[in-house]
Amino acid sequence: MILAPVFLGALGQRRMATLFSLFAIVLGVGLGVAVQAIHEAALNEFGRSARSLAGDADLRVIGPASGFDENVLEQILKHPAIAEATPVLEVEAKLAGHEQTLQVLGIDVFSLVRVAPRLLPSPGEEAGRFASFAEDKIFLSAAAQQHFALSLGEMLEFQSGTRSVKLQIAGDLPGVIDGQRLAVMDIAAAQQHFGQLGKLSRIDLKLRPEARLEAAHAALQSMLPAGIQVETPDAATDQSANLTRAYRVNLSMLAAIALLTGAFLVFSAQALSVVKRRSEFAFLRALGLARNTLIRWLLAEGAVVGLIGGIFGVALGYALAWAALRLLGGDLGAGYFAGLQPELEFEPVIAVVYVSLGVIAGVAGAALPARQAADIAPAQALKSAGDVMASQAGVRPWWSLGALLLAVAASLIPPIGGLPLAGYLAIALLLAGGILLLPFAAHALSRLFSCFAPSLAWRLATARLVSAPGYAVVAAAGVLTSVALAVSMAIMVASFRESVDEWLTQLLPADIYLRAGRSQSSAYIDEAMQKKIAAVPGIKSVQFTRHEQLRLAPGAAPVALIARSVSATGAELPLVSQVAAGTGPKLWISEAMADHYGWHSGQRVNLPLAGEQQVMQVGGIWRDYSRQTGAIMLDLTTYQKITGDRRINDAAIILDEHTSGGELAGRLTALAGPGGLELAMPGEIRQISLKIFDRTFAITYLLEAVAILIGLAGIAASFASLAATRRKEFGMLRHIGVSRSQIGWMLALEGGLVAATGVIGGLLAGAGIGLILIEVVNRQSFHWSMDLHIPWLGLGVFALSMTTLAALAAVMAGRQAMRQDAIFAVREDW
Amino acid sequence: MQRRHFLIALAAWPGLLPSQAAAVSFPPVEAGRALIFPDDYGAHPDFRTEWWYATGWLKRGDAQALGFQITFFRVRTGIGEDNPSNFSPRQLVLAHAAIADPALGRLRHSERAARVGFGRAGFAKGRSDVWVDDWRLTQQGDNYQASVRGEDFSYDLTLRAKGTPILNGLQGFSRKAADPRHASYYYSRPQLDVQGSLTLAGKREVVSGKAWLDHEWSSELLPSGAQGWDWVGINFSDGSALMAFRLRDASGNPLWAAASLRSTGKIDQFFAPDAVEFVPLRSWRSPRSGIEYPVEWRLRVADQEWQLQALIDDQELDSRRSVGAIYWEGAVRVSQNGQPSGDGYLELTGYGDKIRVG
Repeated sequence: MILAPVFLGALGQRRMATLFSLFAIVLGVGLGVAVQAIHEAALNEFGRSARSLAGDADLRVIGPASGFDENVLEQILKHPAIAEATPVLEVEAKLAGHEQTLQVLGIDVFSLVRVAPRLLPSPGEEAGRFASFAEDKIFLSAAAQQHFALSLGEMLEFQSGTRSVKLQIAGDLPGVIDGQRLAVMDIAAAQQHFGQLGKLSRIDLKLRPEARLEAAHAALQSMLPAGIQVETPDAATDQSANLTRAYRVNLSMLAAIALLTGAFLVFSAQALSVVKRRSEFAFLRALGLARNTLIRWLLAEGAVVGLIGGIFGVALGYALAWAALRLLGGDLGAGYFAGLQPELEFEPVIAVVYVSLGVIAGVAGAALPARQAADIAPAQALKSAGDVMASQAGVRPWWSLGALLLAVAASLIPPIGGLPLAGYLAIALLLAGGILLLPFAAHALSRLFSCFAPSLAWRLATARLVSAPGYAVVAAAGVLTSVALAVSMAIMVASFRESVDEWLTQLLPADIYLRAGRSQSSAYIDEAMQKKIAAVPGIKSVQFTRHEQLRLAPGAAPVALIARSVSATGAELPLVSQVAAGTGPKLWISEAMADHYGWHSGQRVNLPLAGEQQVMQVGGIWRDYSRQTGAIMLDLTTYQKITGDRRINDAAIILDEHTSGGELAGRLTALAGPGGLELAMPGEIRQISLKIFDRTFAITYLLEAVAILIGLAGIAASFASLAATRRKEFGMLRHIGVSRSQIGWMLALEGGLVAATGVIGGLLAGAGIGLILIEVVNRQSFHWSMDLHIPWLGLGVFALSMTTLAALAAVMAGRQAMRQDAIFAVREDW
Repeated sequence: MQRRHFLIALAAWPGLLPSQAAAVSFPPVEAGRALIFPDDYGAHPDFRTEWWYATGWLKRGDAQALGFQITFFRVRTGIGEDNPSNFSPRQLVLAHAAIADPALGRLRHSERAARVGFGRAGFAKGRSDVWVDDWRLTQQGDNYQASVRGEDFSYDLTLRAKGTPILNGLQGFSRKAADPRHASYYYSRPQLDVQGSLTLAGKREVVSGKAWLDHEWSSELLPSGAQGWDWVGINFSDGSALMAFRLRDASGNPLWAAASLRSTGKIDQFFAPDAVEFVPLRSWRSPRSGIEYPVEWRLRVADQEWQLQALIDDQELDSRRSVGAIYWEGAVRVSQNGQPSGDGYLELTGYGDKIRVG
């Protein structure tokens, strides 16, 4: 313990280096904890609410979002395994004149009481005996009453189609979990008010005690019409977990990268600090300090940084999670969990795991320098404090080639459990290959540069770098890593943004877009309103779209169906693959559909519509950036012919030459009551979409900035500690007549060359990683492709400024050493 | 929206206005309307409330006695009369059944309720046939079949009627208050022979016994001052039968009463309120609800007196989940001058909260 100040005190002496390492570890741990905690809270809440909604149900029958034929209920009730079946009509009801929606369940109290009693409405004192059947009454959970500032007896106005429905709040839902916004009313009234006569959204089933779940599940599934699935009640929770898994894993990977950077910073700081303290260690060794004890103390230095970073990181993580839940919701604004208010809970296990990860990063960073320090022969080290950091020049380039080849191989591996794990392995291998190649590249590059000899400073700098000393390689590796990270993200985000922009332009060709509301189940446009819209003067053409959600497989997440006018070739769609025109009805699938269901262009597939399997041909695959679980596009006329469903959700309007958008907007909104129809110009939609995009990727910009800072800090730290060890050298140079400014130039060139080596390597590695992110990680995680867009100008400016800043950092770091008197410097060791 | 909708409907069907505007109207119960069988065995869906109510005593193989009860209610809610939804809750069927088992010391009870439609519940006109899920009371000629599937008991009983129904009150017009608006159509079928099977705790056994069937329908049954009623139906061992009821106000004083007596070889006799007297002798307090019920009575009808004694004290029935009431309904032994004279069923309502019908 006497040695504690000697070692741990050293951390305080190189405050900047320690702070940088600490910062990276705090960030890595914090990000990881935040992602984990937010997700845990959201999923817990989602699961809790799903369970409370499902009650004691053993199975659930569920169909398309627009509902299925109610007569299925009678069929199911006849099955001998069924003890009780309760029908539910679920409507995401839009509040009149509001952006917001409320989940309304139309229920039958008599059967509900035996399946999900927690949903039972509790009529207020004044309500009559049959209040729960009343046509004009609704029951709101406490959270919903609070959210909309409504209480017992007050009226709630919903939008149904483009009209409004007024219902009186007749009581609450005492069994519903806290924080869940939900409304319940009689199923008959719900069917009538929300225009869903004859439709059910789901049927929750309770089996007889003697019935076997699997057998009943299979028997029920086989008797149901196409497109209606039998699921276990936890399927919804599983689906939401699956849906958010890729998102969560990718954020965790960012956290892992930050943590890795932290470990690297500990490594570079420790490596240089060890060099500086060579004579100190030699002295301690000479006094009898065992080799292992020295290693342990040096590891302890790393561990302390990791521990402090871990603890602060966990605190930061929970603070971030708290803020994010407050501001963005449980899905960080990605829209996976609507209508829930997750509560953050402190999980000691998560905290311990992440603090340990911080410590591991610290210890891992300190491991190699500690070994090197311990291997120094005390006698030699006591005599000379020069740069004896082990030269890496001997590293074999084929190791690097092997890593690069493996990286290529790994990028070809398909997703594992739906996750791009091999893609991340490929990135790690690519980075490792780049770093291993660095000493070789630095050597070759310096050789190349040393062929020119424009000045003394140049000759001195290249001569020094030709020997590719350890410090230069460490600094260059830092630059390479950070540049690669920043460049790859810049390329990926630029490609993504450009592709989204093009996609939006292609998908939004009209002048004005109109919809009944965001909720596609309660806000729709009926035929009468469609005729009125089409008859508005000033419209050249109008295209209607119907949105629906289908269930293609039991337990699978719903798939979006978009029925709109599609040409025979689908040429107006953002197609990535297309098949020659065939006969019969066609559908157009998104890339996610192709990934999830294995459908391909030209294939004949079954589409469950109107309770029957419809055989259609896949006309082509289109790119879709908005529906991760898959989307199918179908011609509206075909859809209407099959289903008889004449409602639509939105309209794309093209103006004639004489009408302005503003004029027409006025005429259109006048068609329905206030708030009945919402209008948007494509420019607005594009702007909002890109704003959301930029917000989503804000965290990557932060990470890029951090990466650059880390790279620069690496250079500064290297040169600062080297300056100390090179005082003798500078003194010697001054002694033989080299001017101070020439030494400055030499340092700047050295810094610039080291950085340039790292930057060039980083650009190459970054391009490779960018490609892997685009082609492997994104494709496998989110099932969408994008076109490669390299921001040449931005990368060029970035590379130049990085090199210049590195040169500056080197000069600043060396300045202190240069200021010293030459005589003193030379005499120092004698 | 409703207003515009309404105007469109009005333009298309000028005649719709009065019936649309008026609240649901339930037909009144009027004196002088003769009950016609078999039509009146069946359901009367226009009326607000209707029930078929079978009670009786069963003998097990070891000669042990059990009480049984099954009630089917049909309710016209007045809600959703013009809602085209198939789920529209215009008609509800609610049922509850119980077995009074001295070995258990309390009732085994079960209940079912559903709106009519989707094969969940229904009723027939022209004969007694009412059902919800797999519970059913159905008539074939003079035979009634009662099937109940509870959680811890079930039974299938055949109830065989002899003779014509007793038309309670004035030829089946049964008044419940001084105001003749509060009345029902009401007939009883006593002394039904019971044969069938009973399953208790998974064990099926053959049983036989005697039962009583009531069928009653009305639109405005109880006067506003009524707190509850006491009702009893007795099958005497000599083949005669007695039905008696009274309505109480909030302080327990009788508001109205009536009785019907069928004696062998005589025409049925009907008694006015002042000829019927219920005198409680002993009370029992329910440990679950805290409500106190009189479980021993002296019943006087004209110049005759009987003692009623509960088969078991605890025959409290909590049907708050279906019918919405908690009350006492159970088998009673009947004696006259200290001699056992018959078996009956006693119903005591309104001892906790005020009873509501329809």
